[in-house]
Amino acid sequence: MDYQFSHTISIGGLSIGYGKTKIAQNINFSLESGSLCAIVGINGIGKSTLLRTIGGFQPKLSGFIQVLGHDLESQQPEQLAKELSVVLTEPPASKNLTVQELIALGRQPYTNWMGKLTETDKNQISESLNAFLLTDLRDRKCHELSDGQLQRVLIARAMAQDTPVILLDEPTTHLDLYHKVQILKMLRELAHERKKTIIFTTHEIELAIQLCDRMLLLDGSENPFGDPCKLIEEKHFEHLFPADMVQFDPKTGSFRVNK
Amino acid sequence: MQKVGTYRLSFGLMALALVLSCLLNISSGSVNIPFADMWSILFGGTSEMDSWQYIIWEYRIPKALTAILVGGGLSLSGLLMQTLFRNPLAGPFVLGISSGASLGAALLLMGASLLTGMGTFSVLGNISMALAASIGSFLVLSVVMLVAQRVKDTMALLIIGLMFGSITSAIVSVLAYFSNAEQLQRFIFWSFGSVGNLHPNQIWLLGLIVLVGVVLSMISLKPLNAYLLGEHYAQSLGVSLKKSRLIIIVATGLLAGGITAFAGPIAFVGLAVPHLTRQIFDTMEHKILIPAVFLYGAILMLLCDMIAQLPNSANILPINAITALVGAPVVIWLLVRKRKMIF
Repeated sequence: MDYQFSHTISIGGLSIGYGKTKIAQNINFSLESGSLCAIVGINGIGKSTLLRTIGGFQPKLSGFIQVLGHDLESQQPEQLAKELSVVLTEPPASKNLTVQELIALGRQPYTNWMGKLTETDKNQISESLNAFLLTDLRDRKCHELSDGQLQRVLIARAMAQDTPVILLDEPTTHLDLYHKVQILKMLRELAHERKKTIIFTTHEIELAIQLCDRMLLLDGSENPFGDPCKLIEEKHFEHLFPADMVQFDPKTGSFRVNK
Repeated sequence: MQKVGTYRLSFGLMALALVLSCLLNISSGSVNIPFADMWSILFGGTSEMDSWQYIIWEYRIPKALTAILVGGGLSLSGLLMQTLFRNPLAGPFVLGISSGASLGAALLLMGASLLTGMGTFSVLGNISMALAASIGSFLVLSVVMLVAQRVKDTMALLIIGLMFGSITSAIVSVLAYFSNAEQLQRFIFWSFGSVGNLHPNQIWLLGLIVLVGVVLSMISLKPLNAYLLGEHYAQSLGVSLKKSRLIIIVATGLLAGGITAFAGPIAFVGLAVPHLTRQIFDTMEHKILIPAVFLYGAILMLLCDMIAQLPNSANILPINAITALVGAPVVIWLLVRKRKMIF
């Protein structure tokens, strides 16, 4: 997919929070298509709030958020649904849906009033099933799936929605290391091969350093953004957590416990 | 989601069951009319007794039609509520919606009779009855909805619904205390529930209300399916939450309120039928569930009404008691087999 503008998403001078409580401010970054970006930071710094604000679930306090060159707030919900899809931490309300039914719901922005699936829709659904190794599980009910499988289903649904931008809130929580890496590698593949812009929040900083093209470090002041290697060189990870517990080791790109 | 075809057989059987239960319902009643005579009366022929013709056309067929509208409509309102609240135990009776309708009806029957002086059931009286019951159910539904947004807990919501039921029935008791015997009797007979004795005009009005409810549900197909993922996901799929929620609430209020106005508060049908339907139609797709739930509810209501008529006896049991006798065990059975309650 080609866009006449270079950035699929750009954010400037953004402050987020609820009503009068400001949670984070001075957030600036833009992303191109085909890039995987992690948002990291200490608990409570506003990662999820930022993601919910970009997703349009809560109003921003100030600054701008542009998706495909248009202000987020000016978009109709139907239009936005074709530009931006989400994977949230909350499980689907009905676990009685089959894998295929749940993924098919991702096609809603494109279907008629009855939700009739066209050939394009069906192809997109089976591609999503394939990409996330779910073809054999297609007729399973969601309550029969493991956490890792359910997470893959939810991401496959976002893929089926076929939006240039995909947001994910902590897609790797509750998963073991193997499945964390599996999910992140799948996201990386999705971003690179299908030219999606993928933004996710995570606590897996070390994995994110290895797998992401860009990272946003919410540290409560500067909120540095950029290439993980560049962020390491500029010693930004050192300030991510208070130094009394853990220390960042730039050589290995990992955190060491202060004993 | 695209497998409407696989359910064709089930739909065929359901339609057949509806026709059969309709015939059974018409054939049974206090007066014993042989099946052959009923058949010839239905196809415009003659029968041994002229009165039979009158009974069938003027009493039993309207009653069967009402049962279909009441059963189908109530079940549909239950389905809408379960999806809207994403709660398998939601239903017009449990959430206090029927009590809201009762309150509206009670205010009209016992409270406002001084104002309008509607002693007899005129068409205007019917409309005001339907309106009062619908407004009552809208009010309770809106308050429950407001509370539901603050309290995410399934059980808390049900308890709140129960409390609303208690509040409305308390107000009804107070009204009853101050009203005269005739008004009280009318209210009590209404509260037993009945699908008989409706004037053709009332059936037309009921049909119109149910039709509007069905149409509103059909235009909400996509939002309803999207709600299965949760409100945030629905929003991200382009569903306008405010608009779709309003349409679904109006549809539910019209169905539950309108039906309660004409047939009285009928228990458990709205709660139980969607679950019973899912035992046959193993899907969450509303495109399939809406017609299936309507059919199933209509069949169940026709059968319940048949039992209430106590074939060949002059006594008629309150239909509310029959549906509770059938519905409550179903709910218990569903709760015990918890896995099937997964919504």
